[in-house]
Amino acid sequence: MIVVEKLTKQFNGQVVLAGIDLEVKEGEVIAIIGPSGSGKTTFLRCLNFLETPTSGRIKVGDIEIDGSRPINQQQGLIRRLRQHVGFVFQSFNLFPHRTALENVIEGPTVVKKMPHEAAVALGRKLLARVGLAGKEDAYPRRLSGGQQQRVAIARALAMEPEVILFDEPTSALDPELVGEVLATIRSLAEEKRTMVIVTHEMSFARDVANRVIFFDKGVIVEQGEAKALFANPKEERTRQFLSKFLAH
Amino acid sequence: MEASFQLALDSAPFLLKGAYYTVILSLGGMFFGLLLGFGLALMRLSRFLPVRGIARIYVSFFRGTPLLVQLFLIYYGLPQVGIELDPIPAALIGFSLNMAAYACEILRAAIGSIERGQWEAAASIGMTRAQTLRRAILPQAMRTALPPLGNSFISLVKDTALAATIQVPELFRQAQLVSARTFEIFTMYLSAALIYWILASILAHFQNRLEDRVNRHDLES
Repeated sequence: MIVVEKLTKQFNGQVVLAGIDLEVKEGEVIAIIGPSGSGKTTFLRCLNFLETPTSGRIKVGDIEIDGSRPINQQQGLIRRLRQHVGFVFQSFNLFPHRTALENVIEGPTVVKKMPHEAAVALGRKLLARVGLAGKEDAYPRRLSGGQQQRVAIARALAMEPEVILFDEPTSALDPELVGEVLATIRSLAEEKRTMVIVTHEMSFARDVANRVIFFDKGVIVEQGEAKALFANPKEERTRQFLSKFLAH
Repeated sequence: MEASFQLALDSAPFLLKGAYYTVILSLGGMFFGLLLGFGLALMRLSRFLPVRGIARIYVSFFRGTPLLVQLFLIYYGLPQVGIELDPIPAALIGFSLNMAAYACEILRAAIGSIERGQWEAAASIGMTRAQTLRRAILPQAMRTALPPLGNSFISLVKDTALAATIQVPELFRQAQLVSARTFEIFTMYLSAALIYWILASILAHFQNRLEDRVNRHDLES
């Protein structure tokens, strides 16, 4: 489904990603964990080219983009890739001048040229799917953070992507709103949707992900089956990191 | 007093004809200025340095020189290089070029004020840059841009009086002509001032209504 080969990223000469290889299989839910500054968010953003990799290849389905070639020459390809790769942001990034429903149908109508009525039907279905039936006409600022993030998930789903990337989807939320968003993501996992989730919610990662990847200093330190990795990390660095979470 | 009032009434058709040109110059300057200003704003957002540079120099020149000098340059100066323009086209070009510089800066700042996450959100659903601008960025940027644009438009209405110096028979020029003939200087300039005031008020009214409209997603639930 997704194949990443030797992905590197440098900011002003500083190495953020030092050659990441990763394969994501269909139906797989991957959680990426690691300390702040480990490069996990940069890695996720590179997967749909919100961040331009310095080198390496990214392949989604039959679309392949070479990070070492000038990115401007591959813009069309990147846009095609993005239609297959949904992205959910930490800070939601809903369009504030559009209602919940309008946010969801924006991609299908503008990018995919879906007829308006079909898009509205799809949008309503997806809003109901994330538990927001009845909120179709609400503008984002009238919604709680948890509701906004669920609209954002519906917006990503509306493109019918093959994989959805989540960038710390609950980090900007009040604690009491985290649960509803995690429950939504969990229900997507139960549908066998392919997802890559950067998260600090360790128990969520353990319960929902098939595979957990531990990032540190721009490399994958350790990865493995979620429950096994949490129960018995092999690397000292992983153990150190996890001990901070599991101590309490 | 009564005589003055009578004079004001008698010269009304004369002044209104001037006001007609004032309105034409104002609306024309706004329209073409906004159009050109938008193009310049897009140039300033370009990836290419020379394109950005041209827009920058343009804005710097037209904001950095007096409008009166620009009008003289176009109407009296250009004939020397073989471009002769009638007063009204010359004034229209001058006001449009000048307005474009201000509109460019207002639009550029407004577009720049939209957070990066909005561009990213649009990109993440596969939108092109043009779609992103049109569907996501500009509708939001217009909220920020409308008040300063309205200010510039109202300034333009008043600045059209400068066209009197290049033979355009607009409102101020007409008031000058009548007052020179009748010596009712106070009456005539007061009448002209009132007409400018009315025009500016109408514009301000439309500006407020437009602002309410683009802000509606703040007000509704």
